[in-house]
Amino acid sequence: MLVPIEWLNDYIDLKDVDTDTFCDRMIMSGSNLETCQHFCEEIENVVVGRIDKIEKHPDADKLVVCQLNVGKDEPVQIVTGAPNVFEGAYVPVALHKSRIPGPLHGQPKQEGGVKITKGKLRGVESFGMLCSAEELGFEDKVVPVVHKDGIWILEEEYPLGMDFAEALGLKQAVVDFEITPNRPDCLAMVGMAREASATFQKPFSYPDTDLEEAGEKESKDFVSVEIKNPESCKRYVARIVTDVKVAQSPWWLQKRLMYAGMRPINNIVDITNFVMLEYGQPIHAFDINQVKGGTIIVENAAEGETFVTLDNNERTLTKDMLLIKDAERGIAIAGVMGGLNSEIEDETTTIIVESANFNGDSVRATSKKLGLRTEASSRFEKGIDPNLAEAAADRVCRLIELIGAGKVCKGSVDAYPAPEAAKTIDIRVDRINHVLGIELPRETMVDILEGLEIAVSGSGNIMTVTPPTIRQDLLEEEDYIEEVARIYGYDKLPVTLPKGNNEAGKSYERTLRDTARDALCSMGLNEVQTYSFVSPKGVDQVRIAEDSWERAFVTLLNPLGEENSVMRTILTPNMMEVLARNYSRNIETVKAFEIGNTFMENVYNQDKLPDEQYSLCIGMYGKNEDFYSLKGVIVELLRILGIKEPAFFAESEYGVYHPGRCARISVPSLRGTDEDGVAEYDELGIMGEIHPDVAETYGMDGLRIYCCELMFDSVIRHADTEMVYTPLPKYPSTSRDIALLVDEDMEVGKIEEIIRKEGKKILEEVKLFDVYRGKQVEEGKKSVAFALTYRDKDKTLTDEEVAEVHGKVLDALKEKLNAVLREM
Amino acid sequence: MQAQLNKILEEVKEQLKNAETLAQTDEIRVKTLGKKGRLTEILRGMGKLPAEERKETGQMANKVRGAIEQLLEEKFAAVKAAAKEAQFKAEKIDVTEPGRDTIVGVKHPLTITMEEISRIFMNMGFSIVEGPEVETVFNNFDALNAGPNHPARDMTDTFYITEDVLLRTQTSPVQVRTLMKQDPPIKVISPGRCFRCDTPDATHSPMFHQIEGLLVDEGITMADLKGTLDSFAKQLFGTSTRTKFRPHHFPFTEPSAEMDVSCFKCGGKGCRVCKGSGWIEILGCGMVHPNVLKVGNIDTEKYTGFAFGMGVERAAMLKYGVDDIRLFYENDMRFINQFK
Repeated sequence: MLVPIEWLNDYIDLKDVDTDTFCDRMIMSGSNLETCQHFCEEIENVVVGRIDKIEKHPDADKLVVCQLNVGKDEPVQIVTGAPNVFEGAYVPVALHKSRIPGPLHGQPKQEGGVKITKGKLRGVESFGMLCSAEELGFEDKVVPVVHKDGIWILEEEYPLGMDFAEALGLKQAVVDFEITPNRPDCLAMVGMAREASATFQKPFSYPDTDLEEAGEKESKDFVSVEIKNPESCKRYVARIVTDVKVAQSPWWLQKRLMYAGMRPINNIVDITNFVMLEYGQPIHAFDINQVKGGTIIVENAAEGETFVTLDNNERTLTKDMLLIKDAERGIAIAGVMGGLNSEIEDETTTIIVESANFNGDSVRATSKKLGLRTEASSRFEKGIDPNLAEAAADRVCRLIELIGAGKVCKGSVDAYPAPEAAKTIDIRVDRINHVLGIELPRETMVDILEGLEIAVSGSGNIMTVTPPTIRQDLLEEEDYIEEVARIYGYDKLPVTLPKGNNEAGKSYERTLRDTARDALCSMGLNEVQTYSFVSPKGVDQVRIAEDSWERAFVTLLNPLGEENSVMRTILTPNMMEVLARNYSRNIETVKAFEIGNTFMENVYNQDKLPDEQYSLCIGMYGKNEDFYSLKGVIVELLRILGIKEPAFFAESEYGVYHPGRCARISVPSLRGTDEDGVAEYDELGIMGEIHPDVAETYGMDGLRIYCCELMFDSVIRHADTEMVYTPLPKYPSTSRDIALLVDEDMEVGKIEEIIRKEGKKILEEVKLFDVYRGKQVEEGKKSVAFALTYRDKDKTLTDEEVAEVHGKVLDALKEKLNAVLREM
Repeated sequence: MQAQLNKILEEVKEQLKNAETLAQTDEIRVKTLGKKGRLTEILRGMGKLPAEERKETGQMANKVRGAIEQLLEEKFAAVKAAAKEAQFKAEKIDVTEPGRDTIVGVKHPLTITMEEISRIFMNMGFSIVEGPEVETVFNNFDALNAGPNHPARDMTDTFYITEDVLLRTQTSPVQVRTLMKQDPPIKVISPGRCFRCDTPDATHSPMFHQIEGLLVDEGITMADLKGTLDSFAKQLFGTSTRTKFRPHHFPFTEPSAEMDVSCFKCGGKGCRVCKGSGWIEILGCGMVHPNVLKVGNIDTEKYTGFAFGMGVERAAMLKYGVDDIRLFYENDMRFINQFK
């Protein structure tokens, strides 16, 4: 809402309040500020001049040479290319060594404006410049239609040589207020005057609506109004103006509109716009000659009916859209836009002024369906007080009288089937104080409320309040608590801390996520965060199988684009993008992880929400990284989360990964063993080296990338963060190193399993320390070396005891795996 | 014999003068005092001397032995010291060469910011609760007192999954979940992701993070709201921070406010960060609207409460001087590494 301070002063005297103070105090009483713009500040040495003579430029067809009277003895010669100059025109003249806000035609806006000096245009001297409104600091969209594409030609005569900005009162501040949706009443100058009045405790006055009504006839002699759908049209006021003279508006009116962001067009249109800005009530004017039968009927359109709106577009209507009709046809789409068939034209002499109240929901629906949003429709959508309609109609007529643009007929035609009254309620002084934490006396509250034109009666603790009907937001006690608080001043409320002590906590799940994050960071991984919504192509890019669960997407109805159109089911595609982006930026090593939500359709959930599960994804590449460095990170992470014995099973079918370098990560199931006594496992996730085709898809051809994705909620189910101390060993341990010759594809995990099983009683640790292929090892075989540590917690082991167990281990390895002991 | 002893002493003195290494010194020791050493030989031969001579010579021999031992000890110390000095000289390293990498990873700056904010509120007794990113329209709008025509409900503003399910536009639905689950006193914060239909640019992201707070108890006032959030601001931005509460409008609170903090860059004088105003808008807050409390069947006469919500990206951008919100989601390691 643009509020020109000069205009606001028409209703409330704020001349002793400087702009900064005005802004600050309005902010603190609830009218938040977007910007405060000081117009035409940069203008220097620009004066009113009159073009006395125009001659052709000797060397340029498009230029003319003007002699200007700027109130001095000598005329000033200025060359211009503007098409709209004529002898006798009053224009703004930027003299030699002057400054204008700019921008110059076709150039970008410059900070501090543009300096104008004398110069030569095609050999002819020019001692300054004639200015357009844009060059003097107005946006193109507010420049009056008449001189839109040329020099600013003044409507009226001003003293020649007078400072132009001073003559026209151009230097003024315009405050742009952010109006919250609960306060549509503030989308009007009168509303802002009411706010200013309460804020500064100064009286304000309503606009002049005292009509002369010089017309011979009465409005009702010309027009009748019938509302057939009172649900959608609460009120319809029509007034008649005869002897209309369509012309330019006087400067004061143009100026008001320009500073408030609207383009002056002609006096009738300007007045309807002015009153809309003043009261917030949209006004429409019809040419009465085009309103057949002088009849106005407000009813719904017929399904499929077509109608040409003012903007010359044919629109197809539906039966739920409200239409203003005459005796024969539609003449306006209620609250949205008038029809081309009843538009005011230069020849128009008698008009109907429409000031109506249309239902916001109905207007919103119509406007949305037609894809046609107008200043009027957006105002109706927000809700307008039907009691405004009459005053606004009167104000339009009064302004027409004031500028002599027509004669106003007596009376109005006012269809108002069910007049609306304000809602009166009781509110409590002690409740207001209780919520705000203050002890304000009743009298102060009454003063505040009355300052907002709220009527207060009752006594003691009860205040019986009736708001002005314009305040459609004041319905319940809390609405009034806010009024008292904001006018009293939030800054005056005390600052206290809540009483009561309590302990803060967080969920086990969140604690574990935090633990995992800390652990991974301490292992040198960086955390990343990526979007929860992704492209469905991501699963293709990482080669997820066609019918796999990762494709059961939760899909957005209205995504910004395909790249954010489904909720992620896994994090790996996002991680690949992060790695690819870093790789493309020549970052040598990346070790990253993300802990985030994944989403799956959940048909069983009662509130129809998808299943949300946390997932943990790790991605890394770089010269020191390989499968085992990633595995090391995972094992350590799981250990920190209390999962001491994860199992890794080779996996060759999962498309994301290299078929020979991929493992499913599992833990022994909490269920133990199945019916046959075979250990069961729960899967936690998958890890491996990214399939070379996937790497290529992401532009990382030939790069070895290691990733893993853990279903974090499963990890949490197996986590055990209870820590119990095991006594330190009292007796020494004995080590035995062994090297075994085994087939190339024999898994170390299998060998370890047998060693553990056989050495159970006294085997404390088994650790792989070497895998060797090459010289002295035959083709198709490998040598694997382990260090076995034996210890008995209750005594020192004898060589014989160790030999016995160690022998069993070796026998079992030979028997079950055909693993031959090599000489060390 | 006595002359012989003196000669040995002199010779040892001479030899030690020339000895440079530990080994040379030790050789002298062995040759003199070892089992077959010259002095040892002499001492061994003492038994053959007549008794009266033996005593005198014995005393002298011991004296010479003592002197030699003394000399050797000194020499050993000297050559050891010399050897160490030589070793140190040889082993001198260039201390300006870089250390070997020991790299600790870093948390995402948004996580760091959320943790910091959460810690402040946890210290004030607020527990952390969480809710889903995909929410019901009821929890996100209806229960929060947003009218059926509230503009935020538009498909141009909010991402929908179905007519009744959406991507939450704020963390406030967690308030609703908490109110429905728990009786007062309620004192929670809820960090999390939110979504709105904004095309990404330097200051907009269709996904962002918020931290929501809710306190419902007997006798909670707007003064308590001011006190709590003022304390928070001082803890996050420094003790000299001032706060300003401006009236605002949110459907789920009334009275509602926005809180500004005095610019931590310029201290309130006005600079580029605060766009010259000296103040920076940091969060929205207000007294919980009775209609919201009613969703949780809470007695609105007995209990009052306040709620607040703030954008994490915005806080992080202000705190770290990040000028483009998209950097948070690009995850360039050179960016993330700066938050160590």
